[in-house]
Amino acid sequence: MLEVRGLKKVYEGSGRRVEAVRDLTFTVDAGELVCLVGPSGCGKTTLLKCMGGLMTPTSGEVLLEGRAVDGPPPGMAFVFQEYGRSLFPWMRVAQNVELPLKQKDLSKARRQELVADALRSVGLADAADAYPWQLSGGMQQRVAIARALAYEPRVLLMDEPFAAVDAQTRADLEDLVRGLWRERGITILFVTHDIDEAVYLGERVIVLSASPTVVREQLKVDLPDDRDQLHTRVAPRFAELRTHVYEQIQAAKRGAPHLVRTDTPPPH
Amino acid sequence: MRGRNLALGAAGLAGFLALGEVVPRLGLVKEAYFPPTSSIAAAFADEVADGAFWTALGDTLTGWALGLAIASCAGIVVGVVISVVPYLREATASTIEFLRPIPSVALIPLAVLLYGTELRSVLLLVVYASFWQVLVQTLYGVQDVDPVADETARSYGLGTWARVRHVLWPSALPYVMTGVRLAAAVALILAITAELVIGAPGLGARIAVAQTSQAVPEMYALVVVTGLLGLLINVGARTVERRALAWHQSVRGEVAV
Repeated sequence: MLEVRGLKKVYEGSGRRVEAVRDLTFTVDAGELVCLVGPSGCGKTTLLKCMGGLMTPTSGEVLLEGRAVDGPPPGMAFVFQEYGRSLFPWMRVAQNVELPLKQKDLSKARRQELVADALRSVGLADAADAYPWQLSGGMQQRVAIARALAYEPRVLLMDEPFAAVDAQTRADLEDLVRGLWRERGITILFVTHDIDEAVYLGERVIVLSASPTVVREQLKVDLPDDRDQLHTRVAPRFAELRTHVYEQIQAAKRGAPHLVRTDTPPPH
Repeated sequence: MRGRNLALGAAGLAGFLALGEVVPRLGLVKEAYFPPTSSIAAAFADEVADGAFWTALGDTLTGWALGLAIASCAGIVVGVVISVVPYLREATASTIEFLRPIPSVALIPLAVLLYGTELRSVLLLVVYASFWQVLVQTLYGVQDVDPVADETARSYGLGTWARVRHVLWPSALPYVMTGVRLAAAVALILAITAELVIGAPGLGARIAVAQTSQAVPEMYALVVVTGLLGLLINVGARTVERRALAWHQSVRGEVAV
């Protein structure tokens, strides 16, 4: 579905050469929910922008359904961390959600149907006429998610979408994303720096090294499909997995030699 | 608070008018050059009753509005094109910085040579002066587009034109509005100046006629009219700005969520 091959990104400018991403290779299968975690400043955003066609990698390639990504692909939607800047304050909520649809060849009736459906899915059916800045942070991010849903993407890229909301709102939004994923069968790549969030949400967790970034480990999350904040987070298996990822991240920060292992069953 | 400010403002104005009445009457200044408020008010009433005054006002407003409209459209279009086309901004920056400080009144001889005392003379000066105000603000405004907003638009496949229309234009609008408001004030100054100096028909020409015919109170009354015009234009521009930018931080203020 989504394939990243030998991706490398070097920023060059004003006499400084920063190798943000060294060599990344991984795949995301159709309908999977994969979480990417890594120490802060490890080039997660760079990676995601390359995947979304917003940035050209120095070398390597990204393939979406077998086709190389060289610009924002039509079947892909992006949810940014900075919802306040990603939503347009001059448009009402419904207009924000509808704008990307205007680029598609859809009838007005169909567009409105998609907008209403997406807003309903995120529980904001009655906020359609509000301006984004009249809503709370969590609600604004819901609008951004609704905008992505209405676009009917096959792949959804989420760049630390809940980093700027409070803990309770974040828990609600996590459940929302998992619910939408199960309901709609979208392939989701979710980037986060929050280890608990990665384990709670993902079917698979990809742990990245510190910058210059490579894949440190890929880990299958063998928790049941039905997850809830109350029980999943206190399950012994959840604790094991999060401890394991945590150790990996700590080791990555220290710059310990990494072993690329795929689907390693973590110690029981 | 607002009521008290209003009352204080009115009291200040009344005091100023009273001073204008008393000082010439006491003979502190020559009444022939500084007529008291009451005789200016009487001359003002006479002007308002005169059809020629309204024609002159119409001429001035035509030159002002037409010039402002041309300058605004040109400033916005040129500003957006310069910003959107790669390298154009760098290539034009020095030329703009050279042309912009040239005072529009320095072009009066040129305007007279080209168009005599026609409306086009006024337009040349008005457009030249106000164009730069709009252009420079548009350039600033386009630079202020939030990269996240632009990336969002790109990630959803919005093309160049759609991004100009839905992201760049609304982002730049607060700056453009400021530019147009400044341009509106400058345009009035230049319209009056052109009429006064070149003699193109309008309030400025009427002021010159009043001066040469020793009609001092009438001259003052016309000056007051130009002042009122400037005031109205500023209030009007601010109202338009507030309505068009109701969504903007500077207008909406803090919203409780």
